[in-house]
Amino acid sequence: MKVRAQIRLLPDRRRLHLHDGPIDLVIQAFGEPQAVAAAYQTASSRFVNVLDELCCELAFLRLRCSSDSPWPRGKVARRMFAATLPYAAKYFITPMAAVAGAVAEEILETMVAHAELSRAYVNNGGDIALHLDRGEQFVVGMVERPDRPSLFGTTTLRWDQPARGIATSGWRGRSFSLGIADAVTVLAERAAAADAAATIIGNAVDLPRSPKIVRAPARHLAPDSDLGDRLVTQAVAELNPVEIDHALSAGCQTAELLLRMGLICSAALHLQGETRVVGNSGKLNRRITPTRERALAHA
Amino acid sequence: MPDDAIRCDACPVLCYIKPGRTGSCDRYGNHEGKLVRLDPHVMLDRTLERGDSVVPFLERSGEWDGTLVSHGETFVTAIGAGTTYPDYKPAPFIISSQAQGVDMVTVVTEGIFSYCGVKVKIDTDRYLGAECSTVRAEGEAIGHVTTSEYGSQMLSLGGVRHLTGGSRHEGTATCDALLNLCNGQAVELEIDDGANIVVQAGKPPVVDNMAEERMRVGCGSAAIGMFAKQWYGKVDEVVVVDDHITGVLSEHQAGKLLGVPETGIKLKGRRSTPGRYFQVAEPGTSWGGTNIEDPLSILGKFSPRKAWPGLRLLMVSTTGEHYAYFELDENLSPQERDLPASLQESVARIRENCEPALCTVLFMGGAGGSLRAGVTENPVKLTHSVSRAFTRVTCGGAPVYVWPGGGITFMVDVSRMPQNAFGYVPTPALVAPIEFTLKLADYAALGGYVRNVRPLSSVVSSNDGRRRLAARSDNPWPLGSPQEMPEQKLSAKRRPTKPGRMKQTKR
Repeated sequence: MKVRAQIRLLPDRRRLHLHDGPIDLVIQAFGEPQAVAAAYQTASSRFVNVLDELCCELAFLRLRCSSDSPWPRGKVARRMFAATLPYAAKYFITPMAAVAGAVAEEILETMVAHAELSRAYVNNGGDIALHLDRGEQFVVGMVERPDRPSLFGTTTLRWDQPARGIATSGWRGRSFSLGIADAVTVLAERAAAADAAATIIGNAVDLPRSPKIVRAPARHLAPDSDLGDRLVTQAVAELNPVEIDHALSAGCQTAELLLRMGLICSAALHLQGETRVVGNSGKLNRRITPTRERALAHA
Repeated sequence: MPDDAIRCDACPVLCYIKPGRTGSCDRYGNHEGKLVRLDPHVMLDRTLERGDSVVPFLERSGEWDGTLVSHGETFVTAIGAGTTYPDYKPAPFIISSQAQGVDMVTVVTEGIFSYCGVKVKIDTDRYLGAECSTVRAEGEAIGHVTTSEYGSQMLSLGGVRHLTGGSRHEGTATCDALLNLCNGQAVELEIDDGANIVVQAGKPPVVDNMAEERMRVGCGSAAIGMFAKQWYGKVDEVVVVDDHITGVLSEHQAGKLLGVPETGIKLKGRRSTPGRYFQVAEPGTSWGGTNIEDPLSILGKFSPRKAWPGLRLLMVSTTGEHYAYFELDENLSPQERDLPASLQESVARIRENCEPALCTVLFMGGAGGSLRAGVTENPVKLTHSVSRAFTRVTCGGAPVYVWPGGGITFMVDVSRMPQNAFGYVPTPALVAPIEFTLKLADYAALGGYVRNVRPLSSVVSSNDGRRRLAARSDNPWPLGSPQEMPEQKLSAKRRPTKPGRMKQTKR
């Protein structure tokens, strides 16, 4: 195995931590001990090649996604391309928008293909790929602002529902955003699809031309950013309720469009303490339960 | 490519990094033109910094399971790698194993207090504001001045109306102030038509930029009673200036008993009983909690029939902080002189007898419907059990006072709780730890989730995410005496892990 990647179990001896360059995965598989061991083995073997594969095609993956362009060669890269292609006609997006989800998805599918697992997750910095065997479920907690950790809600993902991918996008996160959402969390059938959708919806939560938002060309912050000279959000002043409503409504419109197109299962949009949920919550068993509602139940 | 960016070759991504920024991994950065690996300790500090709003896990070495916790546990447990791995970045979505997942979420949900607030006792006689005046934080109304207590001004802050009944800003400002006060942070408050104060649990209050040092020794009248003997013979008249009850030695019962002669002194204000005067001045932050700077301003002219030239007068505040010594001239007009050595001792003794002035913060919250439902299928039984003292309530392991009557409304001294024991949710509402401790048999009797009770050993042996803290020696042990803290007592007091059974499903 290569020297660069770090592979180790976390101190609980149950979760696997894989790290290479900008990629950090926290993985947990559930099943017979031998199955879990086999899953971790195969995940590690696959992982050590992922970053090199991606970097071979990095320049291409940073270009705007278009239906005219040829497909990339790498498996992870193809997942990225497939996830962003549905947006190519209408939006600016590059395959990089789905990189975290695509890596998570690739590792998860490798594990599930090689071992009998009841459940598994691959968490790539908040973009998560899930596996659920019949009858299983995961409980997921949600945090609005990573710098002020506090759960605002939980959601239960059940095997008989379609979502197997979770992703979050927001201007406070590691990647640049064109929008002002603190966090847009998306449930989709695959992690890469969730990742791309969260980016698109996060960009749509916006107040164009508002003086309360500080933006800078992405290239000035990171010269090789795939966003080029596009203005990315650097700071958002306190917004009044009308502005919050306006920005969230714009995001919800996009989210609803993606929902109708079958690209996402549901989305939760957060901006300065306000939360909107888009998705057929009845059918999806009200999976996203904002704290606000729960807290009122206490009263 | 701009000149000031440098290329990182730590991995094949080969980021160009501008000065002061990091590459896509957040591990390597451009520090003044040099590529640096961010020191793990720095990263760790950042983690700890973020952890400020995280609740420590209360646990006692080897004996106490960690379930007595508020939502910080959730965070700590959920972030997984976070607490131990220096390069950790908090994930906006947190996932964990089912057992952990359900446990965490249950804990989080259960500790949310919309009905909560703090009662702040501020040891000062200085005027902070009129009763019922609005108290503000960041300009938003978060509570009011309530009835004062002995030597102290009282604030009542928070409550459901400020948290959820007003504007979003009001709710957020209230939640922030409560959270900071409960977590032992200093909070600046503004009282309408009153003072600006800085309040911090266990620390002296700061009133209009002046740190209060001591509580008063007593009211002005009480001070006369306490020190009359020490003044007798050394001075002819003493006035202890107090916004509530100003005392006058020669007229006071204590002076009369000693045979102190009348001095012809005239006090402004309203005489209550001999030697005791109300309202000698307006409330303020100067002498004895009044607004006066010149003590003579509360005196009228001395009666020429009784006073005499050379009469010695001591005026002192209830804390000994302000004092002045006068002698009457031929026109019976007081002239200030240096305090004689013989009186310095008594003034010093007043100061000495004043206890350190502190702010104390009691969290008060009501454990309502769904929280109780997390403990038992028949919530009212828990209330009954608490009120009959079969069930002990603790807050982060600290003892609480459970208010009699209906419901489970309790108060706890936040300074007896683990540091940063409180969290918040953006609702806004506070998240506080609360534990119900009772015998397993009682638990079964009140409809508890007995099948979900885990033996303590199973919790203690799984070490992940649990932070052990030493128990505070000044708190009673939550489970009775530690020796008799056996496993047949209930280890997990709230409804513990149960796969497939989530709080939200019972909406």
